Amino acid sequence: MFDEKGEKMGHKTLILGIETSCDDTAASVVGNGRDVLSNVVSSQESFHQRFGGIVPEIASRRHLEVINPVIDEALAKAGFTFAHLDGIAVTHGPGLVGSLLVGVSAAKALSFSLDLPLVAVNHLEGHIYANFLTGATIAFPLICLIASGGHTSLLHVKGHGQLEVLGRTRDDAAGEVFDKIARALGLGFPGGPVIDQLAQQGEGEKFLFPRALMGAEGKLDFSFSGVKTAVLNRIRREKEQGKPLPLNDLCAAFQDAVVDALVEKSARAVEYLQPRQFLLAGGVAANGELRRRLRLRLAPLEVEVIYPPLEYCTDNAAMIAAAGYYYLRQGRLAPYDLNAEPGLDLENP
Amino acid sequence: MLKLTSTSEDRTREIGRCIGALAREGTVIALNGELGAGKTVLAKGIAQGLGVQDDVISPSYVLMNIYPGRLNLYHFDFYRLENEEELLELGLEEYFYGDGVVVVEWADKFPGILPAKRLEIEMKKSPEDPDSSRDLYVQLQGSLRLFSLKELEKRCCL
Repeated sequence: MFDEKGEKMGHKTLILGIETSCDDTAASVVGNGRDVLSNVVSSQESFHQRFGGIVPEIASRRHLEVINPVIDEALAKAGFTFAHLDGIAVTHGPGLVGSLLVGVSAAKALSFSLDLPLVAVNHLEGHIYANFLTGATIAFPLICLIASGGHTSLLHVKGHGQLEVLGRTRDDAAGEVFDKIARALGLGFPGGPVIDQLAQQGEGEKFLFPRALMGAEGKLDFSFSGVKTAVLNRIRREKEQGKPLPLNDLCAAFQDAVVDALVEKSARAVEYLQPRQFLLAGGVAANGELRRRLRLRLAPLEVEVIYPPLEYCTDNAAMIAAAGYYYLRQGRLAPYDLNAEPGLDLENP
Repeated sequence: MLKLTSTSEDRTREIGRCIGALAREGTVIALNGELGAGKTVLAKGIAQGLGVQDDVISPSYVLMNIYPGRLNLYHFDFYRLENEEELLELGLEEYFYGDGVVVVEWADKFPGILPAKRLEIEMKKSPEDPDSSRDLYVQLQGSLRLFSLKELEKRCCL
């Protein structure tokens, strides 16, 4: 249980975070909502070496097979046992129901058997809390751009658990188009890092791809399916000419189009709401060009731009434990009939 | 088989709306076509035809989305799946024989798992104008009573 007096005397409030909303099974122990004592993700190399090979992660049965070893490893790496914990935080949505259920069931079982408080965290809200793991002091109200393989949302965060969705994608997520274009170019998966790298050697001006919804009618929403189709059309035409693909230039022009939209809408939100801080979150937050351009564009707006460390950009349980710590402080405990919520909404957590 | 041609995203969406309006409980729609063919655009139209209020977004990453409407829409995407076992783990069949309308993008990756009775839609970039024009080939599998192609033709070709 959260113990304010104890914390002041140097006791660390330890939260075990559990995250199984999509492909990865993850567990982490975080102290006082910011000190990551362990961060285990089933797709990590070290974990695979111990449990033998990379297996499809999508299946919920896979989550079931690795959930206990992942939790054990998170505790072992942190140097603690179940007896040291102060609470259990788990992602209860949005995501795949079968996958979510594995994490939710494990968290409920631990909470009940160890008599520890249980907190339920929205996966997307969790991404915001990756920024609490940077050591920076986070101050509300702020604006956060979450861009990942499954989501692209611009949020006004007024306090813990107080969120307003300013804009979201109307079709493809930003990370998704990176992956799809990378596959079309034969660059493998995931697409983000390799496109980021090749784009550095390319000239984005060689091709002009559309930026959708940039007018007032688009509000702060995003649309990336148009740029995806335009790039695919260009690839087809280049191939028809029988010449080698200008990979670097294509990557640069494509990345420019996606980053432009993300940066421009973020800047508009900042101009409108004038927060002191702007947070980036989600897998696309690892993109170097996005970080660089955001910093440039937002610098004159007197807003502090904060990014999570790379390992907390993609899905992880440390961010869930961090969010769980603040939920716990607020006394927002989950009941034992907590269920997986595949379509969980951000504004009604 | 019915062939429809769309020269714009708006038109593709309109064709989708007609399909959605004609779809009945339990209709499974297998949606095929290469990347950028407009599968999600058509799915957006189908959702509107089903009375879905929410914005339909690509399910490639999250694998499935559920939208409440006149009939629920279960929107799947096999793009990211590598083998049939993963698919079975998702418990897909429950939805195939359930109460709503199922749209499966990239359905031809695992044809064996689809119900025998289904509506098949193949979207191809039109050879004359591959940038913006699409040919839609619509056909019924397994049962001709599932869905009225005649009615679709009448509504779409007005």
